[in-house]
Amino acid sequence: MRIRRLLYLLALMPPAVSAAGDRLTVAVASNFAQVALELAEAFARDTGAAVRVSTGSTGKLYGQIVNGAPFDVFLAADAARPALLEQSAAGLAGTRRTYAIGSLVFWSRDPELADQCTDALANLDGRLAIANPVTAPYGRAAKEYLVAEGLWEALETSLVYGESAAQTLQFVATGNAQAGLVAASHIRNDSLPTASCSWPVPVTLHAPIEQQVIVIAGSGRTDLAQEFIDFLGSDDARDLILTAGYRIPEDAE
Amino acid sequence: MSGWAPLLLSAQLAAVTTVILVFVATPLAWWLSATDSRSKPVIQTLVAMPIVLPPTVIGFYLLILLGPYGAIGKWWVELTGETLTFSFAGLVIASCIYSLPFAVQPLQAAFEATGRKNVEAAWTLGASRIDAFVSVVVPQAAYGFVSAIVLSFAHTLGEFGVVLMVGGNIPGETRVISIAIYDQVESLNYGEAHAMSALLLAFAFIVLLAMFLVNRRRAVR
Repeated sequence: MRIRRLLYLLALMPPAVSAAGDRLTVAVASNFAQVALELAEAFARDTGAAVRVSTGSTGKLYGQIVNGAPFDVFLAADAARPALLEQSAAGLAGTRRTYAIGSLVFWSRDPELADQCTDALANLDGRLAIANPVTAPYGRAAKEYLVAEGLWEALETSLVYGESAAQTLQFVATGNAQAGLVAASHIRNDSLPTASCSWPVPVTLHAPIEQQVIVIAGSGRTDLAQEFIDFLGSDDARDLILTAGYRIPEDAE
Repeated sequence: MSGWAPLLLSAQLAAVTTVILVFVATPLAWWLSATDSRSKPVIQTLVAMPIVLPPTVIGFYLLILLGPYGAIGKWWVELTGETLTFSFAGLVIASCIYSLPFAVQPLQAAFEATGRKNVEAAWTLGASRIDAFVSVVVPQAAYGFVSAIVLSFAHTLGEFGVVLMVGGNIPGETRVISIAIYDQVESLNYGEAHAMSALLLAFAFIVLLAMFLVNRRRAVR
């Protein structure tokens, strides 16, 4: 009896989101989640369309999209996965473009490194955290940088691998790793402990971390999705992306 | 092929964890099975908590506690000069906490079912406490031990969230099978992922089936 009353009440409750027609669901790589929320808000202000942000790692989101996840737009952390979607026609041809370029930062909270930050990599006695080079774009860039500097061989045994760029920072921020090569977009977080070292990794020493976006072919709202992608190239959106610690592709300028 | 190294590591982790848990859980379950202490519900609650807590909660607190700024981790660094997180030893501690209820609960149930009459008789006949326990209680509660060992081992083998948070994915040290599968899925190597996943699926089915068959035979007898 009580259950029936509860069900009745549930049925009377208004749905959380009113019309599904003007709502976009955007799958976002975790490193871009915070900016995506800000962008979603700005887009909603401009167009009146609600944007729902779903976050995860690029690989996981890719797997979900291939298996029919109801996303309209995919903001990946790399260029490879959107390209694969385009090839397999799961992504809409011609909608793929680079929306941001990520950068790496050497980051530590260990006070002992403070007066030798620039050559700290050669003098680490603890663990260095990088994202997994096999699965995470920020990890691949970190490995390329260490190889380019000739430090990979020496450091390989002291590496710990974060599942994502975010977990890599978490390892360093909790002091479990002495230092890390983390995403520049993550270190703007106010709740982080004070850094003893924080310097940008030269972008010329690794392939650019191009983050690409694509419209999902199965989306029933491709026009709105395309509008969102165009919005990512607008001045307002680019300001938000730059402020968050990313670079913007040259051709978009 | 190095692809199976994570499986071996998982098996080692599960074996070490199971051995430790049998020695920790047996006295704890024995005490819980007979005590009238007012602290019993509290202890039982603490033991059962890993069942309901998300592995992320356990992993998050362990990351802090075992880290060089945490209580246990600091002590470990002073003792060994290395951090406890990102190490096999750290995973053993994490797994013991994570799988504790799977060792304690079957043992406690078995001890409660067998009762104390026989072991008390052995005591009056002059057997030492240890001797009486090993030769009277253990055979009677054998199915409890079988369940505790199988479940601890299998549950540790299936561990993912906690290891993901405190492991650091180091080959040969903390890259266990569940993490390796996760990596393969993430990098779109679905073939490798299928091979390892199917193996775990078969393993889980076989050991659980074996356990239920063994315990059913006992019940019929």
